[in-house]
Amino acid sequence: MPKASPMSTDRIKGLICRECGKEYPAVSLHVCDMCFGPLEVQYDYKVIKARLTRTAIEAGPKSLWRYVDLLPVAGEPTVGLAAGFTPLVRAKNLGDELGLDTLYIKNDTVNHPTLSFKDRVVSVALTRARELGYDTVACASTGNLANSVAAHAAAAKMQCYVFIPHDLEASKVLGNLVYRPNVVEVEGNYDDVNRLCSEIAGEHNWAFVNVNIRPYYAEGSKTLAYEVVEQLGWVAPDHIVVPMASGSLLTKIWKGLNEFHKLGLIDRMATRVDGAQAEGCAPIATAHKLGRDFFKPVKPATIAKSLAIGNPADGYYALKATAESGGAMETVTDEEIIEGMTLLAQTEGIFAETAGGVTIGVLKKLVKQGLIKRTETTVALVTGNGLKTQEAVMNAVGRPTRISPSLVHFQKTFGLGNHER
Amino acid sequence: MVKVRIPTPLRTLTGGKSEVETPASDIQSLIESLNGRFPGLKDRVCDDKGEIRRFVNIYLNEEDIRFLKGKHTPLKDGDEVSIVPAIAGGTQ
Repeated sequence: MPKASPMSTDRIKGLICRECGKEYPAVSLHVCDMCFGPLEVQYDYKVIKARLTRTAIEAGPKSLWRYVDLLPVAGEPTVGLAAGFTPLVRAKNLGDELGLDTLYIKNDTVNHPTLSFKDRVVSVALTRARELGYDTVACASTGNLANSVAAHAAAAKMQCYVFIPHDLEASKVLGNLVYRPNVVEVEGNYDDVNRLCSEIAGEHNWAFVNVNIRPYYAEGSKTLAYEVVEQLGWVAPDHIVVPMASGSLLTKIWKGLNEFHKLGLIDRMATRVDGAQAEGCAPIATAHKLGRDFFKPVKPATIAKSLAIGNPADGYYALKATAESGGAMETVTDEEIIEGMTLLAQTEGIFAETAGGVTIGVLKKLVKQGLIKRTETTVALVTGNGLKTQEAVMNAVGRPTRISPSLVHFQKTFGLGNHER
Repeated sequence: MVKVRIPTPLRTLTGGKSEVETPASDIQSLIESLNGRFPGLKDRVCDDKGEIRRFVNIYLNEEDIRFLKGKHTPLKDGDEVSIVPAIAGGTQ
């Protein structure tokens, strides 16, 4: 049985099926038992509007919890208190390179504590899991989520199982082990891992952050949109370029922007949300190109392993959000991913993981195609850290120049005169 | 006859059966025929307009019928149809 909510709040009405509208209490449940649609948290926006102002938010903590009124937790946050509120970097050099006057990088490569945007969703999921009385947390992950769940579970003294595909990057595997959770490497791809986790979640009474806790977990992604708007001075940008795996992040960015608009925190909202996928795993972008609102699952083959979800749970909603916003979708090859990573590093000094290479590569294409115009304020979401996917760029960044510990040798090697000061 | 695999959440309607056989010329008639034997099944699989629900996948011999002819996908003797919720259930 799903655990019952220990505390109801005036803000959170419960869960509601996104498809048929059937309502449920705010328990650990993610699928509608009538129509099999996904469940979503339902808020009372009247209550929220009455107390949420820009000033109230600005007075909040320097973390994603400054937006707690729009997050599905009943009480005070207890896990991940320092997550979020990452830098929004004005990317002048990259903008010049691509032909954009006003480009920003939302830099979640430095999220606390595990260097990816997953620290947002996990903070919310584990805080909620505790409220629902769980002592064991788990997840199916392409890497970053597992790292974040493992780290937060350690800090929260919760039991932890993380399930990952068997072929992840070394840093993402080590980045689990160091926290001492049960790390389960499954012989298969993410979609196999996910299917297995759904079965396990049916048997064991654990908080699977992206299975039975998914309605709460996914809401944490909205904070990326909130922060972008606040950091731009309470203005919604013209474009946000979002990497897509399950499609959940893009869906929630769109939701977050619309919530801010509905609550009167921004006056105007004409943002287009653009989706980015790797060519080797592009079920959502392919459906978009074909003008379909359904997608064909694929077997992923890309270096962007964090985006390698062949059967994306929120693919339909990502297609819908992009269409509603008038945005675009594009794909990039593995080569273009590496180019995107090195371009971002060499123009802005930000070392992103492969997913960041996907975002930058797609941004470049959309500008070239005229779908993003020079004068439009654009934000690219860079969601994970390059140190976790070193294998991808290892052969694209050259080698250090080795010398003997000799001044002469150094100057000779670099063609520098010996009287330069 | 067409063989139909029934997912766990719908087995309360089929008296626990995970596989049933039924005559049908296409997917739509298959659903009607199943609904005749197991009343209420159609409501779970189709919306008010009779369209197959978005988070219900139906496969004909492993192929998603969305990529065939949807509910008008023809069936023949010996075909195997699977009804699979798109999101696997977790804690029930």
